[in-house]
Amino acid sequence: MSDTVIRVTGLQRSYVMGAETIHALRGVDVEIRRNEYVAIMGPSGSGKSTLMNLIGCLDTPTGGEYWLNGQEVSRMSDDALARVRNKEIGFVFQTFNLLPRATALQNVELPLVYAGVPAAERRRKAAAALERVGLGSRMDHKPNELSGGQRQRVAIARGLVNDPALLLADEPTGNLDSTTTEEILGVFDRLHEQGQTIVIVTHEPDVAKHSERTVVIRDGRIASDTLNRSAAA
Amino acid sequence: MKMFDAVREAAHTIRTQKLKTAFSAIGVLIGVTFLIAVVSIIEGMNSYMENKFANGLIGLNTFQLARQPSVATGNVTDEMWRDWQRRPRIRYSDADYIQARLTTPAVVSRYCQDRATIEAGGKVAKDITLIGTEPSYFTIKNYDLTAGRIFTPQELRASQPVMVVGSLVAEKLFPGQDPLGKEITVSGIPYRVIGVVAPQGTLFGFSMDKFVVTPYSAPARRFICPIGVLDYVSFQAANPQTMLVLRDEVEGLMRERRGLRPGTPNNFDFTDSKSALVGWNKISKVLITVLPLLVGIGLVVGGIVIMNIMLVSVTERVREIGVRKALGAKRSDVLMQFLVESAAISTFGAACGVGLGIALAMVVSAVSPLPAAVAPWSVVLGVGLGMTVGMVAGVYPATRAAKLDPIVALRSE
Repeated sequence: MSDTVIRVTGLQRSYVMGAETIHALRGVDVEIRRNEYVAIMGPSGSGKSTLMNLIGCLDTPTGGEYWLNGQEVSRMSDDALARVRNKEIGFVFQTFNLLPRATALQNVELPLVYAGVPAAERRRKAAAALERVGLGSRMDHKPNELSGGQRQRVAIARGLVNDPALLLADEPTGNLDSTTTEEILGVFDRLHEQGQTIVIVTHEPDVAKHSERTVVIRDGRIASDTLNRSAAA
Repeated sequence: MKMFDAVREAAHTIRTQKLKTAFSAIGVLIGVTFLIAVVSIIEGMNSYMENKFANGLIGLNTFQLARQPSVATGNVTDEMWRDWQRRPRIRYSDADYIQARLTTPAVVSRYCQDRATIEAGGKVAKDITLIGTEPSYFTIKNYDLTAGRIFTPQELRASQPVMVVGSLVAEKLFPGQDPLGKEITVSGIPYRVIGVVAPQGTLFGFSMDKFVVTPYSAPARRFICPIGVLDYVSFQAANPQTMLVLRDEVEGLMRERRGLRPGTPNNFDFTDSKSALVGWNKISKVLITVLPLLVGIGLVVGGIVIMNIMLVSVTERVREIGVRKALGAKRSDVLMQFLVESAAISTFGAACGVGLGIALAMVVSAVSPLPAAVAPWSVVLGVGLGMTVGMVAGVYPATRAAKLDPIVALRSE
């Protein structure tokens, strides 16, 4: 297995809106290695979300190539992409996106359900993932019985449960207060220390500071790609 | 995703949304309730007609030889009536002729009846069925006596004025007394009560206990039938097969006696429990034909309700669908989830419908003389139809859900 988790070359994505064609990404090249912790930043309308959707295999590019963990995913069918999302990517969303009527454990089990893992193993793995984010004692609680920070930890556990090549977080602290933000960023730091590759999309420099490397997108292109001093030191 | 997991998720959704599920399922519930209840009532009616009406009225493995069908069936035209009226009557001598020549073992009973007013000790009972017959009649009707005895062949030969009475007659004329040995007057002729028949209950609400039985030779016979003439002769065989043999034999003897040439139709008729049921069978056939239409309307409406609720449900859960897709749900997974949910709601409704239908049939059997007979096939059909309706109704909403773009779905509020 190669050391490169993500290799993107000349990635383009344009949308046709009536007579107009909007170029959201105009050719992006980026490479992310195993166990890197990368922040993607950029103002709204920069193409940051488009890039995240492409990296997350929720969308397919109109040009360029995207290799994820050694497979070319830029030409895959919907179902193949679903499989890649299930196995290789763990999503963490700004609004947590937990199923409200399911318990923490059931929420974490969900990716394993789609992976076809038998129920007993599912339970064991989901419980282990919750332990990893420090929520072992709250497995049977429903989201509305948990605090914002706890909910996001459940979401992180859900992202980790299938041992993905990449943990992809979209504004994971956008709905949290500053104390809880630190708590969640602490979880990411710990996961990074354990060897997890993490890409975090944010517009907050404080959040980006936790990462080793910051990629800034502007007008559909990479404006800067820098190693963070604190991480480099 | 495995089927089992989809079913478990659907069960979970239904559990957490009880009221919504109940409303969604109501159309299917009504359709299936109707199916079960009507089929139960028809089945109950069938067994009622067979046991009580046909066998009770005519007798088990029994047929009646008469001038015309004793139970009018279907459309009887004026012409048929006129033809029947022209036929010769059945006479005692016909019965004697046949009985002397029969080779198949049979219980034979001559029968004639009329409505009469009878009196005892100043009390009057109107509209009583006065029956002139012979002792074998009690065998064919399978009557039990609560008191006394039936009349004997000797009493029949001696034209004795003796009488076996129905339980209602005994109650009405001799309340609180022992009717045995008491006197009942029919058109001024006194009879002695020698037996009381056990209560026979009702048929379609009419009492079956308002009758008196006398020897056909007894003095009142001239009030019942014209001299020498019978209403019908009953022949009882040991089982349904020998009944058919017996009937062929009686038919042959009757044709021979009346000198009917081959090819000419019979100028007499047979009535057995099957032919007595022809009318009812026609009614039940109509019901069974109309039933699918009514059930179908219920199920179509039910299906449309479920489809709409599922569409609302898909719209409400767009974000959930987006999350599921992001986490690796394939189109087929989402499709299956909503199909199974729709089918589960509908099957749940159908199951409740089965329960309600059975309850309804029970209520009908409790307040009416119809026995409830729940047909197992109708239960299987009801649940099967429910599941099918749910699947079909779920196709469109589930397809909509499966086709959602995960990015758009995740962004929705």
